[in-house]
Amino acid sequence: MRIGVLALQGDSREHLLLLGQLGVEGLAVRTASDLAEVDALIIPGGESTTISKLLVNFDLMPQVREFAKSNPVLGTCAGLILISDEVIGALPDQQLITGLPVKTERNAYGGQLNSFESSVLFADGTTENVAFIRAPRILEAGNCEILATYNLEPVAVQFRNLIGASFHPELTGATYLHKLFISLVEEHQS
Amino acid sequence: MTNNTTESTPLVKSGLAEMLKGGVIMDVVNAEQAIIAQDAGAVAVMALERVPADIRAQGGVARMSDPDLLDGIRAAVTIPVMAKVRIGHFVEAQVLQSLKVDFIDESEVLSPADYVNHIDKWNFDIPFVCGATNLGEALRRITEGAAMIRSKGEAGTGDVSEATKHIRTILGEIRALSSRSDDELYVAAKELQAPYALVKQVAREGKLPVVLFVAGGVATPADAAMMMQMGADGVFVGSGVFKSGNPVARAAAIVKATTFYNDADVIANASRGLGEAMVGINVSDLPAPHRLSERGW
Repeated sequence: MRIGVLALQGDSREHLLLLGQLGVEGLAVRTASDLAEVDALIIPGGESTTISKLLVNFDLMPQVREFAKSNPVLGTCAGLILISDEVIGALPDQQLITGLPVKTERNAYGGQLNSFESSVLFADGTTENVAFIRAPRILEAGNCEILATYNLEPVAVQFRNLIGASFHPELTGATYLHKLFISLVEEHQS
Repeated sequence: MTNNTTESTPLVKSGLAEMLKGGVIMDVVNAEQAIIAQDAGAVAVMALERVPADIRAQGGVARMSDPDLLDGIRAAVTIPVMAKVRIGHFVEAQVLQSLKVDFIDESEVLSPADYVNHIDKWNFDIPFVCGATNLGEALRRITEGAAMIRSKGEAGTGDVSEATKHIRTILGEIRALSSRSDDELYVAAKELQAPYALVKQVAREGKLPVVLFVAGGVATPADAAMMMQMGADGVFVGSGVFKSGNPVARAAAIVKATTFYNDADVIANASRGLGEAMVGINVSDLPAPHRLSERGW
């Protein structure tokens, strides 16, 4: 199994380190040929506006969209925004990868002044400390399975091959979400 | 369940800087330029009244920007907006926090307000970036609460040599520190004029505890890629974009070279058709009192 981390901009290095700790081979993905080498893709935190522009400017958007139709993709923070079907607060012409049937609002937990650390509650009762940085909020989770909540609101959801999370597990060394994603990739391969 | 929620922790502050990694932060003086920067793929903009090249040319005291200018730029873009305060001017910083900018640069590009003390950045919820020319300076700024460090370089010159010197010095001093034995770190802390605990942490981890960008003199795609190859986490471009012949093309090219910094073919193509680069000034021609990098300590 080899999991790619989109490395156009953002904290791809922390995701790659986390994959390494969990014994999974990771690859920084910058081109279509990198994408062809991986079984799954993580879209990291970063600036969603910027990553979207770069996907378009570097002619990578169609390939990533196609990849996300049938392969496991995990989007955290900016990554969640990019895989959401509907986004409030993005630029009017912002291009998204889409696929996750949620309505997400950019920076809805507040700007940098209101960024915070907190624990989130996973469906099986596990809690982990994570960071919310200019974080997006999932307003409507549609037909998604709720993987984790914060104050009873969904903050991590899954729909088929796609997982999206409002928070950053990779900054606090939380591993639970990545383990869930790795099992999804295993299921997908078998 | 209790959430144990805490706002504005050091992790959350340095975490925003982590999100800017691999990106280019561009100086802009109005909403129009901010939109050009955002369209080119800039990860944040630095809002100011005059780019460093103009501050240098026009002289006089350079201060924090007008709040209306900052509001206009913030309304125009969705990427984070940074703004500068004078070294030591904690009330300018309070004002920027009240205006809810995303990041404050305590910058040598503006005229210092205090020649003894830098701002106590732990007193603020907004994260700070500070300039440094060497490891000791970087560690002193981190001790004061900086959540991000950038090289000073020599702003407004288009001459990248000072930025090169600073990033090489900082990373070289970190490498040297990592090779020292534990009992040699006490004297290393004395030499660096930085707290022992922080010196020990850097020695053990082989890197700063915060993100390290390069600033001051970056003007071409190749300049940006060189900084990334040397180990920078990202790049600030000041006068280099909007003082050039074709800002739209140059902004996008510098962004592309920063992402694909190891791919010479991509950098070569990104370097085509950009028109004139900013004219620039050789740092060696600048008399010492006009060197901004010598402000701060």
